[in-house]
Amino acid sequence: MAEPSVTPTPVLKDELDIVIPTIRNLDFLEMWRPFFQPYHLIIVQDGDPSKTIKVPEGFDYELYNRNDINRILGPKASCISFKDSACRCFGYMVSKKKYVYTIDDDCFVAKDPSGKDINALEQHIKNLLCPSTPFFFNTLYDPYRTGADFVRGYPFSLREGVPTAVSHGLWLNIPDYDAPTQLVKPLERNTRYVDAVMTIPKGTLFPMCGMNLAFNRELIGPAMYFGLMGDGQPIGRYDDMWAGWCIKVICDHLGLGVKTGLPYIWHSKASNPFVNLKKEYKGIYWQEELIPFFQSVTLPKECTTVQKCYLELSKQVKAKLGKVDDYFNKLADAMVTWIEAWDELNPSGAKSVELPNGVAK
Amino acid sequence: MSLEVKDDEIDIVVAAIHSDLTSFMNEWRPIFSRFHLIIVKDPDLKEELKIPEGFNLDVYKKSDIDRVVGSSTSILFSGYSCRYFGYLVSRKKYIISVDDDCLPARENDGFLVDAVAQHITNLTTPATPFFFNTLYDPYCEGADFVRGYPFSLRSGVKCALSCGLWLNLADHDAPTQALKPGHRNSRYVDAVLTVPARALAPISGINIAFDREVVGPAMLPALRLAGEGKFRWETMEDIWSGMCVKVICDHLGLGVKTGLPYVWRNDRGDAIASLKKEWEGVKLMEEVVPFFQSVRLPRTATTAEDCVVEVANAVKEQLGSTDPVFARAAGAMLDWVKLWKSVGSSASS
Repeated sequence: MAEPSVTPTPVLKDELDIVIPTIRNLDFLEMWRPFFQPYHLIIVQDGDPSKTIKVPEGFDYELYNRNDINRILGPKASCISFKDSACRCFGYMVSKKKYVYTIDDDCFVAKDPSGKDINALEQHIKNLLCPSTPFFFNTLYDPYRTGADFVRGYPFSLREGVPTAVSHGLWLNIPDYDAPTQLVKPLERNTRYVDAVMTIPKGTLFPMCGMNLAFNRELIGPAMYFGLMGDGQPIGRYDDMWAGWCIKVICDHLGLGVKTGLPYIWHSKASNPFVNLKKEYKGIYWQEELIPFFQSVTLPKECTTVQKCYLELSKQVKAKLGKVDDYFNKLADAMVTWIEAWDELNPSGAKSVELPNGVAK
Repeated sequence: MSLEVKDDEIDIVVAAIHSDLTSFMNEWRPIFSRFHLIIVKDPDLKEELKIPEGFNLDVYKKSDIDRVVGSSTSILFSGYSCRYFGYLVSRKKYIISVDDDCLPARENDGFLVDAVAQHITNLTTPATPFFFNTLYDPYCEGADFVRGYPFSLRSGVKCALSCGLWLNLADHDAPTQALKPGHRNSRYVDAVLTVPARALAPISGINIAFDREVVGPAMLPALRLAGEGKFRWETMEDIWSGMCVKVICDHLGLGVKTGLPYVWRNDRGDAIASLKKEWEGVKLMEEVVPFFQSVRLPRTATTAEDCVVEVANAVKEQLGSTDPVFARAAGAMLDWVKLWKSVGSSASS
């Protein structure tokens, strides 16, 4: 009996926005054209707003610089970072689509082991459209992929899975290392293509990298705040980490899934490790407090929407992390501002998923 | 970061479910011949074992099992469970166990996969159960911890168990394989990863290795299905043992890895015929998983033996009245600990 034929992945061109933060240029889009051109782009221009960022011909896009962000959000613009790619989360807020894919401007199309170009967006869509399995680990990884399935011993009652909120992709070539590791291993390149997608189990935290990331904005969007980083802030390069810990705790609470693994992109630019060290320095020892905090966070049953979860989280951040550094008081306030801004730009009725009793739909 | 492990610290334990081990042993010869092997013959097997020359091995049969274990126990060392007898009598630190219908796999470039070497690497490099590394095993060549991985967690914990995977006939249950009879696993996933703390997984006994000194007592023959048979589709003993081991490792702060190495598993058996027998196992998992997800061990349980006793008592209390198979499993677990203490305890030089 032959395997059932594989149904093609839906393109979702009217349901997905691609959010790209940039301070330099968007030349990298040329390589992505075959895969990205059908989609609407949201460009978030960081840095000097008087500079003109040229978008390659043929792309449908909206572009926001700092002046636009200030104009649209008014005083709430304070929650959006400046001089840091964390500003990309403004793009999530103004998007009107169900799905968002975000990618860095130094990330290019990678090749799979057979030499074929990887359509990263298509894989992310596949990941987001099929369920996750956070309650029990499948040793053959994603059971919904063609050629895979659940292993013996996997309870049947858990085989339907839960909705996938986040798809975390990986990178070939320059790996996403922190500054100390970069300094010790400046020449290390990631050449290992691991042909797997897997669900990160419930209760397990992970370092979420924003370089190649897709998510269901309706399910988790309000929790994708990338924090206060960059200019005027004591820390950088922890924006995606912070968002990753928040979304994981919230996804665990709401019964949503987070996947990691394929697709790979090709990360071309190694940032300066000395510059990185200065940015990350505080984060490296703050995270020793942050991890136990996130590992022990519990959200009350009444938190049945992402916004409610996030606001509750911000209260706990202030209560428990405020004493680590005053930065966390400011961050907690910014988290609240973010939710206010999100709700203003995304009035309810327009796609905020209420999940009864924290159980996934 | 892996320690130098000597060949004489390793035992390879094989349960002989088939009498003719000639092609199995010959295929594995390039990899196995350096090591001491323990072959345990399924007591239900009538034919004489056929084993090729040139190996350093000990063979245990029904008479040996009866002599050592006698009537002191309710444990039945028959079928796949005969391998646990091998674990009991081994005196080595590391045990690697592979089903006798598995052959060495080949990597994408055609090279034979040295499953023993990979299992030993897994067991002698730390595991990282407290935080997920998105580049998988941070200790392997060409990889490391990613940005955002807390530094205090980078030394990891001891890895007690290494669970390998299978190409060709993967370890699916009977209903799954019956629905997709042509389905074969051809995907070689080049990764080893730690199963996170508190996450449970079905731990297959087909291709497994462990640190006997640390978790030997927790690798136990306990759950025997009423219709248990000579195909993996008709058993749950390894899945039950694996749940115990994972819960115990989580409690003791030890790690469990999964992924490489792969073995090649031969086509064997008829999933539809097995469906009848294994349906019981599939039903039982619905009770088994919530139990293991909720079981908590007291802080006073600091050894694997203590932990097994605690789990056995919890099984008796919480599952004993659900199905007699659980009450029997609890009894078998307690018997196993007694056996381990009298026959199996340490003595690895």
